[in-house]
Amino acid sequence: MLEISNLTKIFYKGTPNENTAVKNISLDVKNGDFITIVGSNGAGKSTLLNSIAGVFPVDKGRIILDNKDITKKCEYKCAKNIGRVFQNPLAGTSPEMTIEENLSLAISKTKNLSLRWGLSKSKRKIMREHLEKIDLGLEKRLTTKVKLLSGGQRQALTLLMATVANPDLLLLDEHTAALDPATAIKIKNLTAELVNDNNITTLMITHNMEDAIKLGNRLIMMDGGEIIYDIKAEEKGKLTIEKLMKMFEVKHGGKFTNDRMLLSV
Amino acid sequence: MSLGFAITSLEQGLAFSIMALGVFISFRILDFADLTVDGSLPLGAAVSARMIMAGYDPFYSLAAALLAGAGAGFITGFLNTRLKIAPLLAGILTMTSLYSINLRVMGRPNIPLLGRENIFTKVRDLGISYPWYSLLLLLVIIMVVKLLLDAFLNTQIGFAMRATGDNPQMIRSMGISTNTMKMLGLIISNALVSLSGALVGQYQGFADVNMGVGAIIAGLASVIIGEVIIGTKSMIIATFGVIIGSIVYRFSISIALNLGLAASDLKLLTAILVIFFLSTPRIRKALR
Repeated sequence: MLEISNLTKIFYKGTPNENTAVKNISLDVKNGDFITIVGSNGAGKSTLLNSIAGVFPVDKGRIILDNKDITKKCEYKCAKNIGRVFQNPLAGTSPEMTIEENLSLAISKTKNLSLRWGLSKSKRKIMREHLEKIDLGLEKRLTTKVKLLSGGQRQALTLLMATVANPDLLLLDEHTAALDPATAIKIKNLTAELVNDNNITTLMITHNMEDAIKLGNRLIMMDGGEIIYDIKAEEKGKLTIEKLMKMFEVKHGGKFTNDRMLLSV
Repeated sequence: MSLGFAITSLEQGLAFSIMALGVFISFRILDFADLTVDGSLPLGAAVSARMIMAGYDPFYSLAAALLAGAGAGFITGFLNTRLKIAPLLAGILTMTSLYSINLRVMGRPNIPLLGRENIFTKVRDLGISYPWYSLLLLLVIIMVVKLLLDAFLNTQIGFAMRATGDNPQMIRSMGISTNTMKMLGLIISNALVSLSGALVGQYQGFADVNMGVGAIIAGLASVIIGEVIIGTKSMIIATFGVIIGSIVYRFSISIALNLGLAASDLKLLTAILVIFFLSTPRIRKALR
């Protein structure tokens, strides 16, 4: 499904600030995999996801998605087959546009843009069905401008928009970290539901160890730009937070330095 | 204010409202401070005047102005999206080049059109009396432009363009090129500004290479006045607001002139007006 081979990304190359954010990473993701990614700050998690999404050119390596080489594709071209949700709940929607206008863009994402009406009866029907599933009452507020929604509602809408066109790959970058705990739980459940219902291959960065263990079928731990553990199905089922922390300390040669990760235990 | 004065203000407001719609597209929809306007407005007037002098049908000259403006928008878009020149500078570069181009198009700084056949005299000759012929024609043209623009903004491409100015990150993750959308928006915006220039030129009876000075500020003033008076609840309401804003703006100018203000002071007055409207939200916040 997704094959990453020898991926390297260096920031500020050739300057005193040179920083190898991702070091020679290879990763083979199977169709339907739901991978959680953990690691301390600066481990290269976001860089890995951004490299896949084509946000910047990489220095070495290849990224193959669904048998197509996407290594050199730029962000918007990659996006046709990749859904993304960011940490900032404001990042994924257009605030001045209505819920239905936002969703319209997401529904017709894989098709070429045209001068056809952005909204139609059939499109609204599809929208209502999808919005009913996320159970926030948004199906009754199609013409509300998105800026009037709460952060949680906006993130739920973003998640729906990222998955509604059935992407080959879903990239989640700490997408619940900026939400209050109760809302975060709702969004996590919604994530699991949407991913499982549509069988979308997913990579999810999280700082919450419990979520990393609970969600998905595979866990990757990164440190210093490398993958230090890749824990699959059965083995993952036996993981505990304590075990995971110990494993990290063994490889890292020191305590877990991320306060946020400790606090969220 | 006499009736004649009011009619002139109304007609000027209508003729300039298409320019204001162009400014609305670049400033409000694309969030792109496009100064090309100061050059593409006289460009439209220049192209139209030159064609009328050469004996072409004045209505055809409107279409030519539209295309010329689209070209100007394309250049600014190219400078910004391909050559990565900042929006403000890209607009200024095109505007400055257009000064020379406009002089080339006209062959001299000013072309008087008095006594020539234009779109207004053509309608008058159909047997419609003063002031209805010019008012009617302008209203019809503006209705057509507004309806087409409203329709466009509700198509899939229109949605994508609106989101581009609102949240470019989101539109990229929807698999749409923000560069293409900016380019398209600037083309449409400047095409409208140029069309407006052609209308104004024919209405006032001359094209002048300096008629674009401060056009962007006048356009912005119209957009802001429209937002304050009419609001921005939906695109249809917002574009209606822009037209009303343009009319109100021209009336205020006329009133200021009637009160004895020198015509040369108008640019200052307009700038102060825009500063006032742009800063009110902040001042209100500070006073709270």
